[in-house]
Amino acid sequence: MPILQNNPQLNKNGELQHLLTIEGLKKAHIDHILDTASSFVGISDREVKKVPLMRGKSVFNLFFENSTRTRTTFEIASKRLSADVINLNIQASSTTKGESLLDTIDNLAAMHADMFVVRHAQSGAPYMIAQHLNRTRSDVHVVNAGDGRHAHPTQGLLDMYTIRHYKKDFTNLRVAIVGDILHSRVARSDIHALTTLGVPEVRAIGPHTLLPGGLDQMGVRTFTNIDEGLKDVDVIIMLRLQNERMSGALLPSAQEYFKSYGLTPERLALAKPDAIVMHPGPMNRGVEIDSAVADGAQAVILPQVTFGIAVRMAVMSILAGTHA
Amino acid sequence: MKLHIKNGRVIDPANGIDAVQDLFIVDGKIAALGSAPGGFMADQSIDASGLVVAPGLVDLSARLREPGYEYKATLESELQAAMQGGVTTLVCPPDTDPVLDEPGLVEMLKHRARIVDQANVHPLGALTVGLKGKALTEMAELTEAGCIGFAQAEEPILDTTVLLRAMQYAKTFGFTVWLRPQDAHIGIGGVAHSGPLASRLGLSGVPVMSETIALHTIFELMRATGARVHLCRISSAAGLELIRAAKKEGLDVSSDVGVHHLHMTDADIGFFDSNARLTPPLRSQRDRDAIRAAVLDGTVDAICSDHTPVDDDEKLLPFGEASPGATGLELLLSLTLKWAQDQQDLDAALALAISRITRDAARIAGLPAGTLGVGAAADVVLFDPNARWKVEGKTLASQGKHTPFLGYELAGQVKATVVRGRVAYQR
Repeated sequence: MPILQNNPQLNKNGELQHLLTIEGLKKAHIDHILDTASSFVGISDREVKKVPLMRGKSVFNLFFENSTRTRTTFEIASKRLSADVINLNIQASSTTKGESLLDTIDNLAAMHADMFVVRHAQSGAPYMIAQHLNRTRSDVHVVNAGDGRHAHPTQGLLDMYTIRHYKKDFTNLRVAIVGDILHSRVARSDIHALTTLGVPEVRAIGPHTLLPGGLDQMGVRTFTNIDEGLKDVDVIIMLRLQNERMSGALLPSAQEYFKSYGLTPERLALAKPDAIVMHPGPMNRGVEIDSAVADGAQAVILPQVTFGIAVRMAVMSILAGTHA
Repeated sequence: MKLHIKNGRVIDPANGIDAVQDLFIVDGKIAALGSAPGGFMADQSIDASGLVVAPGLVDLSARLREPGYEYKATLESELQAAMQGGVTTLVCPPDTDPVLDEPGLVEMLKHRARIVDQANVHPLGALTVGLKGKALTEMAELTEAGCIGFAQAEEPILDTTVLLRAMQYAKTFGFTVWLRPQDAHIGIGGVAHSGPLASRLGLSGVPVMSETIALHTIFELMRATGARVHLCRISSAAGLELIRAAKKEGLDVSSDVGVHHLHMTDADIGFFDSNARLTPPLRSQRDRDAIRAAVLDGTVDAICSDHTPVDDDEKLLPFGEASPGATGLELLLSLTLKWAQDQQDLDAALALAISRITRDAARIAGLPAGTLGVGAAADVVLFDPNARWKVEGKTLASQGKHTPFLGYELAGQVKATVVRGRVAYQR
């Protein structure tokens, strides 16, 4: 008997008001973002790397959890759109003084923020912020820059941009995601994006301790043997193994993990000859990926970073409604 | 004081009554049903035409938050909520601050409840000092102070030896041990049922085995000690299956479920709705269906509100940081009736539903409540089973305004609540 709740990331017309997750987006939403991103890719190569699409708009980067990389890419994307960027490292700020999360949001909204880019250690935190703004300040947009284990939609989208760039068509691909699926918001966003875009076979590869239950309901085939899982795949997405998970009750050691699940040139050879290797970064060389693969011809890890700027520009400009 | 309740449909499962009858109350006790006792002259009469007249509800788990958490709720607010919900007897768990592990604290709580003078308040004492799972409390002294049983609330006992000793000691005096089965490690820190939804939303899970492993341990200890155990708020189909077998085996065990779990599943978390963050977590539809069936077949003896007032500061947080719990005293009746409405034989189900929140609950608590038998304390609820009301923060008397049923329209509205012969609430 659940009351049907409105999806808080869409407005009444079914357009994106916020970007909180890829789950539930239509293929058309994703295509629109990727198409828009491709129009931004060239801007970074120009001498003047700016377009005036968000001139006069204020983007607040609210990072409740540390991140240099993602925050920097959002900052660059905002600046290339000519927006003003304000970076707030909230851990060291007001919430430690006892101010509630929503009080912080209200205060920043009162400073005429147009957009919040939110990273938070708790799954669902950007939802709470977006739902609050939908009630109080419906002109302010939220971009989820990673929440707990739940979602990292811009990473998922830049991964899709990368796959589309190299593979063109999604509907004949086999994609393998390798590593710590259990704790990975990137994996969840990639899975939703890949299934929405019509990828016929999405595989998750890892030991039972790092595979969450219910992956089959998400349309994913699971493999515990990496050699079987990589066979004939077109795309390999490696996940970062967090330091704190490398030894303990989930895994005995980084060495054994590399031996069992590390992507080596020999294992890469099991995939299709033209398979691409992706990684959301930062990489642990010698833990999840061999340097020979990370630096090899099939790796597209640095192009991912470049495309990431364009994809984030696309998301922000679409949300801000300044892009036709 | 003589009270005459006229023309109501009296449903009293303890005495097998379901008929339109008058009820006569004299000096705080049930004096007669049907025809007036000799010389009866009413000081007050209530026309209960179209209403059900039932024993006042007995709620096996209602947190009143005193002492220590008065910013979340007070005895005044929560006992008023009990009156609006038709709850005349309630059992409160010991997880207050300080924990109810000393007779003086229990006496103080009982004293405060007597001053407020509404629902009858029966505390559970802490099974171990500070609920820390290390040293036993003075159970005999606590019982003298008014505790009706001993519980660990939400704190699991890490050392199984201590649980064994606690059950042996309780058995010595014939006390009941109230336990919510949860493993001390598996699922600790989890916030949602381990399943596809938690995986999708990236929420840490509480697997069903947290409940079933604990049940296996408890049943083994019961076999060894012969202690009587009441199992609180069972959440899973697998757990209920184990209880069914234990009862068949003849173990002295009873069980209850929280009323939310009769209706909701983890899918009701929707987009991270922290109002649906409960302990134990809402589980799958299969579990929910098994709970509903177990209420019918008696594997579950009682339904409780699991009333847990939480304030905004602790609820308006990201799902995983929000305090678990929902307000429940004012929803217990309607949500229990809602279960009955979904059963095949409506009349039988209505009587059974009332039994699960009156007579059966009183039996578990060992209290002479939940009956309209002549001579019993006149704790009575009058409700309109068809009147609908909308669950809204502003209409709830409880200081806890958070419930996953916010905005729902529910059938079954309390019209009057009588405690010890006094009309304590009337709308």
